[in-house]
Amino acid sequence: MQKQEFTITVYTENHIGLLVRIATMFSRRKINIESLNTSPSEAEGIHRFTIVINEFEEVVRKLARQIEKQVEVLKAYYNTNDEIVWQELALYKVSTDEIAEKVKVERLLRENGARAVVIRKDYTIFETSGHREETDKLVEVLAPYGLIEFVRSARVAIIKASHGFHEKLKEFEETEPGEDQVENEFLDKQNEVFTM
Amino acid sequence: METLVVEQAAMATKKTHTLSGSQAVLEAFVAEGVDTIFGYPGGAIMPIYDALYDYHNKLKHILVRHEQGGIHAGQGYARTSGKCGVVFATSGPGATNLVTGLADAMIDSTPLVCITGQVYAHLLGTDAFQEIDVINITTPVTKWNYQVTDATEIPAVLAKAFYIAKSGRPGPVLIDITKNAQLQQFDYEGYQPCSHIRSYRPKPIIRKEYIAAAAELINKAEKPFIIFGQGVILGKAEKEFKAFVEKSGIPAAWTILGLSALATDHPLNVGMLGMHGNYGPNVLTNDCDVLIAVGMRFDDRVTGRLDKYAKQAKIIHLDIDPSEIDKNVKATVGVWGDCKETLPMLTKLVESKVYPQWVNRFKEYQLEEEKEVIHEELNPSTDILTMGEVIRNLNELTGGNAVIVTDVGQHQMVACRYAKFNESKSNVTSGGLGTMGFALPAAIGAKFGAPERTVVAIIGDGGIQMTIQELGTVMQSEVNIKVLILNNEFLGMVRQWQQLFHDKRYSFVDIASPDYVAVAKAYKIEGQKVSQREYLRGALTTMLNHNGSYLLEVMVGKENNVFPMVPQGCSVSEIRLK
Repeated sequence: MQKQEFTITVYTENHIGLLVRIATMFSRRKINIESLNTSPSEAEGIHRFTIVINEFEEVVRKLARQIEKQVEVLKAYYNTNDEIVWQELALYKVSTDEIAEKVKVERLLRENGARAVVIRKDYTIFETSGHREETDKLVEVLAPYGLIEFVRSARVAIIKASHGFHEKLKEFEETEPGEDQVENEFLDKQNEVFTM
Repeated sequence: METLVVEQAAMATKKTHTLSGSQAVLEAFVAEGVDTIFGYPGGAIMPIYDALYDYHNKLKHILVRHEQGGIHAGQGYARTSGKCGVVFATSGPGATNLVTGLADAMIDSTPLVCITGQVYAHLLGTDAFQEIDVINITTPVTKWNYQVTDATEIPAVLAKAFYIAKSGRPGPVLIDITKNAQLQQFDYEGYQPCSHIRSYRPKPIIRKEYIAAAAELINKAEKPFIIFGQGVILGKAEKEFKAFVEKSGIPAAWTILGLSALATDHPLNVGMLGMHGNYGPNVLTNDCDVLIAVGMRFDDRVTGRLDKYAKQAKIIHLDIDPSEIDKNVKATVGVWGDCKETLPMLTKLVESKVYPQWVNRFKEYQLEEEKEVIHEELNPSTDILTMGEVIRNLNELTGGNAVIVTDVGQHQMVACRYAKFNESKSNVTSGGLGTMGFALPAAIGAKFGAPERTVVAIIGDGGIQMTIQELGTVMQSEVNIKVLILNNEFLGMVRQWQQLFHDKRYSFVDIASPDYVAVAKAYKIEGQKVSQREYLRGALTTMLNHNGSYLLEVMVGKENNVFPMVPQGCSVSEIRLK
């Protein structure tokens, strides 16, 4: 067993202060959050946190349960990289003169799956999305031409095996919990807990 | 359908009337059956206190001397009454003074609703006078918290607060209310208690197959062992638990917070677990074949070294909090549910049995412990008084019917080891957080929570000096509690560790005491000091019979140690008798 990248997906109410409550779950255990994204989800009114950490599975499993225990959290899942499809978005600002003069821009865009978002006399902004290696690669390519600014977004991820949250939400809204909602899923599946 | 029509008719006739946010808070309390509030006023909570002036017939308010005292009193109240403790504090320092108590209540699963005043909403974030970000400060130490800036939210938020505090695994909730919301008049539509929050599942439907799997393990076992915690008390499942123990015939040991859930003299009660627990329960944890944990969380003070804890045993873990199952000790069968429901289901499936040989082994260890430790502690052969003999005398005088509130340290371990309990909700102590200064205010609350019972606060000379100001609360509220100080002129537990593990380098554990009896007298509380055996019994009798609060200081051996002991980092079976 060694540490590996896990993506934790948390479905929550949209509640002020919940970000801190969730973040302290990690900081209390001295776990660094590699990437954190919050966004609306497929279900109306339900927020979705996507959190990436490097940890042992055992730690992630316990963490997911602690997160799920929070009052405003509906569900927490964790997945390894092969169980999800994910993307990160990156923006790059370079000098237009520099890039136009020295680079075959068309080829650069094609090879890196990038596109130009803004082209001005003084600067140009490229955008690309993909995995970390892919967005990093463009940094390497552009560095020799004076990369003025670089920023990368948090990971957003879709769980391959997920059927979405609509059905689950209906169950949560029932006053009397249904079978699925109350199952001891982590006991049923032992180690595959929270993997849907 | 019919009920729906009736409900609609009721809704139509329901008159709304105007209330202030403050009044809405107090209406919520009345609707939730709150009878006692522990609190301390201040600028940002003044509108609520102003409203409280008109509620003095319905809500008793106990003015404490420090907000920490207020929240510990709320905890004591919750622990003896089985209800939710309610606490008021103002913004800023009032709120930060609650933090220790919130942390204590969080780790010991005590239901509390704390209301803090907050500066006007338009001043939030401006570093206004007595403004502090109480929500973010208290997030890690509350089950739930929420800031109200608009009075219309108050009825629903308070309903949620009580529901969350009390349901599932209980815990503290803090509601921060800005001054404008307290003052704001709004159309009040009545109070609706909360019974469902979609993102919150306090308890599951029980899965029968896990009960069956657990029963099968138990029925096959030859050396089964039950360990139980506060979950039995919080689940109000003492009867169900006793029935389970008696039918299954399995010996049962308790964690410090499980104490009093099963009568101390029950034949299958084999004693205390953990660092200063009894010999047999610790050693035999590593010898049993099935370990049945009920409403306990395998704290490190109970388990000692985890990688050498009950490795030979199949583990059944009953808990209402799913995140506790497999957290510290991997369960063979985890039973997620309220033990009030799961225990009777399990009792039904287990065979009625006795384990005479196995139970006898606990007795053998008990005899050895009696010989090596207990006898001398309870009946000392020297002139020096021991904490144990004080507790023994107290047991004999109260018959095990008193509520015992303890602080933290040596006296706590001795009291929990030797105090006798006949009924549940009688042991109030700070277990998880180990908060010195807990006992005096908690005893005040404990008495308000169980007014018909005798409440004895047993406190060390360190702990009493941390919250001694609450003697003022005792004086003014005229509450009847017995304060028993066991004074060994040391911070005894730390001194014991320094003796055993730091070559007797006594670093800042020598603590001086004031004249406690004189201090008590200054607060109009009767008291006396005893340092000789011949006066001990009489003094305890005087204390218990005194009409009103009483302080008794007993001078005990300076360098007595608490044994047995599982040294930190050792396995439970490596427990030392000396």
